[in-house]
Amino acid sequence: MSGHQISNGNISGSRVIITVLGQDKVGIIAGVSTVLAENNVNILDISQTILKDIFTMVMVCDIEKCQEDFGTLKEKLEAKGRELGMQIQIQHEDVFQFMHRI
Amino acid sequence: MLSVQEVMETIRMVQQENLDIRTITMGISLRDCAHSDFKITGQKIYDKITGLAGNLVRTGEEIEREYGIPIVNKRISVTPVSIVAESCDTDDYTVFAGVLEKAAAEVGVNFIGGFSALVHKGFTRGDERLISSIPEALAVTERVCSSVNVATTKAGINMDAVYRMGTIIKKAAELTAGKDGLACAKLVVFANVPEDNPFMAGAFHGVGEPECVINVGVSGPGVVKNAVQKARGADFGTLSEIIKRTAFKITRMGELVGRAASTKLGIPFGIVDLSLAPTPAIGDSVADILENMGLERCGTHGTTAALALLNDAVKKGGAMASSYVGGLSGAFIPVSEDAGMIRAVEDGALSLEKLEAMTCVCSVGLDMIAVPGDTSAETISAIIADEAAIGVINQKTTAVRIIPAPGKKEGDYVEFGGLLGRAPVMPVNRHSAAEFVRRGGRIPAPIQSLRN
Repeated sequence: MSGHQISNGNISGSRVIITVLGQDKVGIIAGVSTVLAENNVNILDISQTILKDIFTMVMVCDIEKCQEDFGTLKEKLEAKGRELGMQIQIQHEDVFQFMHRI
Repeated sequence: MLSVQEVMETIRMVQQENLDIRTITMGISLRDCAHSDFKITGQKIYDKITGLAGNLVRTGEEIEREYGIPIVNKRISVTPVSIVAESCDTDDYTVFAGVLEKAAAEVGVNFIGGFSALVHKGFTRGDERLISSIPEALAVTERVCSSVNVATTKAGINMDAVYRMGTIIKKAAELTAGKDGLACAKLVVFANVPEDNPFMAGAFHGVGEPECVINVGVSGPGVVKNAVQKARGADFGTLSEIIKRTAFKITRMGELVGRAASTKLGIPFGIVDLSLAPTPAIGDSVADILENMGLERCGTHGTTAALALLNDAVKKGGAMASSYVGGLSGAFIPVSEDAGMIRAVEDGALSLEKLEAMTCVCSVGLDMIAVPGDTSAETISAIIADEAAIGVINQKTTAVRIIPAPGKKEGDYVEFGGLLGRAPVMPVNRHSAAEFVRRGGRIPAPIQSLRN
């Protein structure tokens, strides 16, 4: 295999970033965290803010013990998003680390 | 810890500014497929491609899902077919284009490059046969792309090959007259061709490359445009700095996707190509970036300087973001694939001559340009010779992908659809270069090739 990996760019980590965007309302965190708890996803950090009038929540999670595969978890979160009227995305943390950290 | 702003910046780039990975291209060596029986060669080629690239599309889709970054194309490049087929007992290499098409369809890629020949110093028998087969091969296949290298700084310009390609392009156009000369959109004539380019139609797997490799082409004109737009009135140093920072971020995505694909497929990671590649989609245009720098229309005076700044800043930012940079790595300025370029031509701001000047400061050359159907093979050859001269003298890659659209004249349009887009037919100089082109032989390598 290639010897091109570098130490700060481990691309096989189990940390993901979940972003939730939309109108602020009651039950967003509860709704999202229920899906995560049901699938054994550990929440490591949550931050939320209002960016240009849009409620924005960013969660850092660990999916190491999640029993579902990535695609299924993604679908479950997207379904919850439709139910809440919010846009929910899940992406590997590497995407953001690679772009914003050297 | 990442800030919410940083996370949202990445998401905005993808969702609103068309940031994507343009292509993951798997390079496959076919050197071990040669056999005197062309049927056996064909079978070996098919088996090797489908064996190695069977999981390419699925892996690409998996990466898209996990990282949330669209990967627009999954493609394959192979060893120039002229080399692989040379020892076969057949004169017609169209059969190998058929094999490539079938293999590409089987693994689900939209383009496969490598119906190619390297003839910058002269033709071998395999090169002759391959070049003669190009028009038919591109007319009967959809996915196969062809390229021919006719010049290098080290060898000079093979003017016999240049003239030959003029006639081949005309023939390819005629064979696909019902589709506006579509075959020509899959054929590139190069000077100083890179051997690890992941972008079509000019991709092939060079002879110095390993058995199999993953190369990645990033995109992102929309992201750069928005960054430039916000810097209205800033001086050139600031502008360059902003583009560098943006290019760095875009390229990091290419680096990440390349490493992920390499790991998942168990195939070495080759290079990231830093080219800014536009698409016909609104907001994904290189011309828009130039206009946002302060030009009323792309193609007006100042365009070459603006493009030079853009191209250099993209390279400086991109080079820091990737461990291995290669391929073409320069802004693409295709006409049909860039809505802003089309608008500039329609407004009379952008001419063939200005495009030629622009290719002096960026790759890749006169790309996806439609010219009147009655343009002679000699004139097309002369256009190729001019581009090759720019490449050879400036020690850079240049290329010509030109479509003499059958039955079309200035002001008409060719329609290819999809990524290939549509293009207004541009006028060419009506004065003949036939006597020059027909001289034959080679233009000697320039003095700057003597570097040892």
